[in-house]
Amino acid sequence: MTARIFRLFIPLLAVAAAALCSMAIIALSGRDPLMICEKLFRATFASGYGAGQVLFKTTTLIFTGLAVALPFRARLFNVGGEGQLQLAALAAAITGALLPESLPPVVAVLFSAFAAMAAGGLWGASAGLLKVRFGVNEVISTIMLNFIAQATTGYLMSWRFAEPSTGHTAETGGAFMLPQIDDLFGLFAGSPANISLLIALGTALCAALYLFRSRAGYELQAVGLQPEAAKYAGIQSGRHVTAVMGLAGAIAGLGALNLVSGYKHYYEAGLTGGFGFSGIAVALLAGANPLWIVPAALFFGLLEYGGLAVGAYVPKDIFMIIQALTILIVIVLNARKP
Amino acid sequence: MENAIRLTALSKKFGTVEACRSVSLSIRSGSIHAVVGENGAGKSTLARLIYGMHRPDGGTMEINGTPVSFASPAEAIAAGIGMVHQHFMLVPTLTVAENVTLGLEKKRLFFPLDPEGSAESIRQLSLKYGLAVDPLAPVSTLSVGEEQRVEILKVLYRNARILILDEPTAVLTPQETSRLFAMLRSLAGEGKTILIITHKLDEVLALADTVTVMSRGSVTGTLSCKETSKEELARMMVGRSVLLRIENPPSTPGETVLSVENLGFRTAAGLVKLEKVSFCIRSGEIFGLAGVEGNGQSELLSLLWGIHDRSGQLSGKMLFEGADITGRSPGEIARLGVSLVPEDRLKHAVVPGFSVAGNMIFGRHREKRFHQGFGFDRREVAEYSRNLGGTYDVRCTDHENTPLGALSGGNQQKVVVARELDRPGLKLLILSQPTRGVDIGAIEQIHRSIIGARDQGAAILLVSSELDELIALSTRIGALYQGSIRRIFSPEEVREGRKRGRPFEEELGLSIT
Repeated sequence: MTARIFRLFIPLLAVAAAALCSMAIIALSGRDPLMICEKLFRATFASGYGAGQVLFKTTTLIFTGLAVALPFRARLFNVGGEGQLQLAALAAAITGALLPESLPPVVAVLFSAFAAMAAGGLWGASAGLLKVRFGVNEVISTIMLNFIAQATTGYLMSWRFAEPSTGHTAETGGAFMLPQIDDLFGLFAGSPANISLLIALGTALCAALYLFRSRAGYELQAVGLQPEAAKYAGIQSGRHVTAVMGLAGAIAGLGALNLVSGYKHYYEAGLTGGFGFSGIAVALLAGANPLWIVPAALFFGLLEYGGLAVGAYVPKDIFMIIQALTILIVIVLNARKP
Repeated sequence: MENAIRLTALSKKFGTVEACRSVSLSIRSGSIHAVVGENGAGKSTLARLIYGMHRPDGGTMEINGTPVSFASPAEAIAAGIGMVHQHFMLVPTLTVAENVTLGLEKKRLFFPLDPEGSAESIRQLSLKYGLAVDPLAPVSTLSVGEEQRVEILKVLYRNARILILDEPTAVLTPQETSRLFAMLRSLAGEGKTILIITHKLDEVLALADTVTVMSRGSVTGTLSCKETSKEELARMMVGRSVLLRIENPPSTPGETVLSVENLGFRTAAGLVKLEKVSFCIRSGEIFGLAGVEGNGQSELLSLLWGIHDRSGQLSGKMLFEGADITGRSPGEIARLGVSLVPEDRLKHAVVPGFSVAGNMIFGRHREKRFHQGFGFDRREVAEYSRNLGGTYDVRCTDHENTPLGALSGGNQQKVVVARELDRPGLKLLILSQPTRGVDIGAIEQIHRSIIGARDQGAAILLVSSELDELIALSTRIGALYQGSIRRIFSPEEVREGRKRGRPFEEELGLSIT
């Protein structure tokens, strides 16, 4: 029993230990760690704009974190969040640029969401199919699919969709834009935080229901925990592998709503900026639990934006070190024999 | 003559299981010594103790008169002991010569090897002992028999004077087996000592000089092969202390539920696992299948449950209520009203990380009663689990939050048996070793439920290595030997046999060895 309780506290322990380590690194770099902490706090939670920036990053990380966490339950490691998100972002931007602006906003946003989910979902499902049909390890296939996604979006941008002399796609019509939280509630003034945060929270909840309450989630976990027994119980693991990879890709794709429909309103190279990869860290910190994804994403969102905010005092690289340390500590603590 | 190995009061416990109980044994130098016994009798543990893979909890061991205590196989190898495992440990991408010399390259790291030299010495070694195999062939291109020869070469190359072979004939064809035996005899002629672990009595009598019988971790006796017989060995192997008595009123069989006709199965490698197996089971009867492990039981069960190796070759028919079920998936077969309690409970029947309630519906989780709206009806599942757990005396207070892995083996098995027996519309129940690793109380409980299911009209296939269990429960008993049913004991014979007790057990034991 004590071992189980210990496991619950692993993420907190890891965060605390990583924070201590980074304090030491900051001190070594010749800065006062407490001063940096204070600056970090002022730049983020103490200001509406900063908090909004953190939440904006958190939103994408919830989606990409879920995209890693769900397959993880079936012992699949989806490293392809980045590619899935990239294709989805381009798909959402193109949909917004090509469809008439006169559509009712709800329909328009649904179109974007559908395009994003379809693009990401197809990309994820193809990794699943490669695994089921040909036994290709999903780590390798998702990495390769990341390259293909990167190159494809680059190609499509330069040869077809980029507006001349801007490097990004045409701006989407107003109907395709998600309202800012600032506009709706007057919070987080001027920040890019938008209502896709609510979609992210809803998605995390749905993912938890799927995993812990539905028959599909029950079967999926059986496939992950005891594949042989699952076969004996008549569970077709191949279907679950393809489906959960497709689902993961679709959820990663929804991250595009935050980036495109909620913020930039167009696609440009570098828009997804590694969110897909940070999602792996989020999922690991959360122990692949869909509900824990939310605080884990918040923590990494804080680091991502906080690193920028105090960049004048300490190099941003220190925050990358903290992220990586946290994950390493989580893994080490989990690997410890109870 | 001096002893190559002398064991005195060697003991080994795994948890609460005594795998070896005060085993004392002497093996003459230059002899072929066999250790026989049923599964779980402790033969393999004994071999591993000698080879240094396990450390004994008590007792002493002498090799060629010197007391030894091995901390690892490396020390045993240094003392001149070599072991050929049942599952070969070869690197498939390397050649025979490379595999044999692996770890003994006699070169410093990063210095070039001498492949021709080692190939030549291996060629001479293989000629000397009649172990025909090409030293330069990659191991991946070899047959199973050749792979075994490579394993033996490995041992000889390390100058072993004592060879331990664990179930060496399990994977061999009859021709390969006789070649192996000829080679082992010539090795013994050279003065090597050979210890062979097996459960095949014919082979023991054909090959060994001396035989030690083990049963439930203890040595029942050591005999000279010239002075013993198959009958005597079988009796010593079977020797059971507790005979379970269970109320078994006569049954009234009805319609035929399962009928297996001329079933055959051959692996992709060409090994015949089942040949012309025919039997049928009627509703309300228990068909017991006796047999030593490895005689086709697992293949038969995987065929019936639709999870056999699809690369193998199948012949014959399996009819369930007249319809052929060959090639159907486990899910489809279960939906017909078939339940399976597999032999390896932890690996095949449960998810230890799921709660007890989650396991109580595992495999039956598609049933409508457990669902409500979008997900599971958690109240119903928990209540079902508690009720069924109560009926089957599963010792667990919180079905929803206790992981199944936290229960004892007996209680885990009760969960599996309860779940499978309670399947709605159960017509055929397949049980494999339903009471293995289960305490006496749980055994009784499980046996009563099996008789109960029979009386409710289920057809039951009971596969067990416990002869007393088969005799106590079965209506009829088939004796499976080398993939075929050698004999089927009629209901009258079984009923009579139950009264005769021991002599019938021996008769049955003989028909499966």
